[in-house]
Amino acid sequence: MARPQRFIDDEGKRLDGRKPDEIRPVKMQVGVLSNADGSALVEYGLTKVLAAVYGPKESQKSISLPDRASLRVRYHMAPFSTEERKNPAPSRREVELSKVLRESLEPIVITDYFPRTSIDIFIEVLQSDGGTRTVGATAASLALADAGIPMKALVAGVAIGKVDNVLIVDLNEVEDMYGDADMPIVAAPDLGQITLYQLNGVLSKEEFHNAIDMAMKVINKLVDIEKETLRNSYKEAGEE
Amino acid sequence: MSTTPFRVQIIPKIKKESYLNLYRKGQRADERDFYSPRKISIQTNVLEKANGSSLVKLGNTQVMAGIKIEPGEPFFDTPDQGVLQVHAELVPLASPQFEPGPPDENSIELARVIDRSLRDPKAVDLNSLVIRPGDKVWMIWLDLYILDYDGNLFDASMLAAMAALLTAKMPEYEELETGEIKISKNISNNPIKINKKVVTVTTAKVENYILVDPNLDEEIISDTKSVIAFDEQGNIVGAQKTGMGSLSQEEIDNIINVSSSAAQVYFKLLNDALKSEVKEEKGDK
Amino acid sequence: MSTTRRVLVPGEKIEGVNISDFYVYDYKNEKRVSIIGVIDLKQEGQISYSPLNGVYLPKEGDIIIGLVTSHGVANWFLDINSPYQAILSVQDFFGSKQSNQLPEDPFKYLQIGEYVKAKIAAFDRIRNPLLTVQDKGLGKIVEGIVVSVHPTRIPRIIGKKGSMIEMLKSTTSCEFFVAVNGMIHIKCQNEQLENIASNAVKMIELQSHITGLTEKVKKFIEEERKVRGV
Repeated sequence: MARPQRFIDDEGKRLDGRKPDEIRPVKMQVGVLSNADGSALVEYGLTKVLAAVYGPKESQKSISLPDRASLRVRYHMAPFSTEERKNPAPSRREVELSKVLRESLEPIVITDYFPRTSIDIFIEVLQSDGGTRTVGATAASLALADAGIPMKALVAGVAIGKVDNVLIVDLNEVEDMYGDADMPIVAAPDLGQITLYQLNGVLSKEEFHNAIDMAMKVINKLVDIEKETLRNSYKEAGEE
Repeated sequence: MSTTPFRVQIIPKIKKESYLNLYRKGQRADERDFYSPRKISIQTNVLEKANGSSLVKLGNTQVMAGIKIEPGEPFFDTPDQGVLQVHAELVPLASPQFEPGPPDENSIELARVIDRSLRDPKAVDLNSLVIRPGDKVWMIWLDLYILDYDGNLFDASMLAAMAALLTAKMPEYEELETGEIKISKNISNNPIKINKKVVTVTTAKVENYILVDPNLDEEIISDTKSVIAFDEQGNIVGAQKTGMGSLSQEEIDNIINVSSSAAQVYFKLLNDALKSEVKEEKGDK
Repeated sequence: MSTTRRVLVPGEKIEGVNISDFYVYDYKNEKRVSIIGVIDLKQEGQISYSPLNGVYLPKEGDIIIGLVTSHGVANWFLDINSPYQAILSVQDFFGSKQSNQLPEDPFKYLQIGEYVKAKIAAFDRIRNPLLTVQDKGLGKIVEGIVVSVHPTRIPRIIGKKGSMIEMLKSTTSCEFFVAVNGMIHIKCQNEQLENIASNAVKMIELQSHITGLTEKVKKFIEEERKVRGV
């Protein structure tokens, strides 16, 4: 993949025809796995991430906490998810992302109902085209809700980037790879809380502020789609 | 797999309450205000066998940085750039919380945040580290050694990294007829080409208070932490929320503001330390 | 009686009383739902909320059915369809106060893989739930079959004022015991009937949200009985 000359054309459109504040086509499904207590498949454009939740179940003594449930999160990329085959052994990147994703879910899961148990959240990237961690957060949120884990609110994620001096939402791989900044954000709009933010790249203070603003608008929409998806999956239950 | 921390030091409730009482009065337990870092000392060239080194004390937190520069092969996709590798080691002697073994998620996160904050603003001029394009380049190994842990590893590590990078000297070498690069025992007087200086500012959120440069107690009672990296122009060159809690948009705006002021304090101390370093060198001769 | 049913998802506001703390939490003085479920707004202003998912959390006094999964020196461990393993002591099982009255090899009498009907004697989440079988009708299950469903489907299997379970009993002529942890003990005259009864229970679990389910299940059982000639 070569670096494009320009990321935004004269009409203000991005390489894939999107406007700067436009997200890729989003697809969400829940209950896609039979064994897991909860599961979800989420796609933003070509990025596809599957999440599964098991638990709460009694945890091993060594990691069990006396006053709350522990969360265990694994973010992992399937070997076939990337341009070149990825070694399935967990990389340093995956170790870090597992940590920040766990920390993005800790604030929304009500853990004190189930002391000494653990809730396992598996996030598998099936196809990567930028934004995998933010799609992963959205999938994990849906899978937790599908599993009936008590939650304060749903979260969703999106990455904000900067190309040709313009802030853009939901980077694809080219924009991520060659852009000037990549800022993944996960938030719970119902609580007005941001549960993950990272910045790789350079932004002014003003751009940083605007990037979060931009992300919150998109995350609002994403969480609405999550709610709709959950309602639809239990649709018949609402009718009588 | 990342697990909710289970080996956490317990802070007595009464202690947390007394801290919060102080915060309500605008004070901290070590008599700092909310936005000032602890006392900092930066020493450079503390090791003779490394190309660059430093020892930073931030309050009781101590981080040593060691730089080794070796010839190596460039990455496939960047044939005309040298390589910068950052690693962090939470050495067991630094804290009863640290266990021997391979790097855990905390040391990996620390190293990667430092690495990104140096890489993204191109702090180190990697293009200047080419010996033979596409074939031989210099590899800079930056190892951060946490020696004493009293909170805020990010800021201490970034100061140590910067101090070591800014005072490191390239190796002297000769190119053998076989094409091999042979490093001599002497270290040259040529510095690594640095494009810009970077510092990180860590803040802890404890209830609704934002505290710059938290010590260990403050980290333990905090809801979450933010690490914001700045260059000297005040641009944000990296950021990371770390820890379990969450933040509102207003809190993040506030964090950016107080962090950007604290960054200036770090830059001043870093520049002062480097100036005295130059003086010492001159004095030696 | 007309009702309005609506699905609520975590983070959505809920108003009204009599709702278990387990499904709602307080956020800035307003109640919000923590588990996806159905809210029923009845005409008389009554509200009920039934979660559509989630685990069984033991309560003291609950009668449950557990599966023996292992044993220690003086007790058995049972899977009770909850995050927590339940404990049944040897002394309680044999109902004896003195250990010298116990059989030499107590674990021969209740083995791994067997079901027990028991009562939650104590549970505080700090320690695992403690079981007792010292009450009428409790003890090892020696005949019939046990079917496991999602614990949130139990109200549907019982039905309004017991309508569903009464229908099941009368159309299959089987005995049903529905434990709150999602385990159902079924005892019939023959295996064919047990098979039909268990299929009927599974049908209710899978289609629990469908209207007119009681009639549908009734028809299913009657047809099956005809086909199988029982």
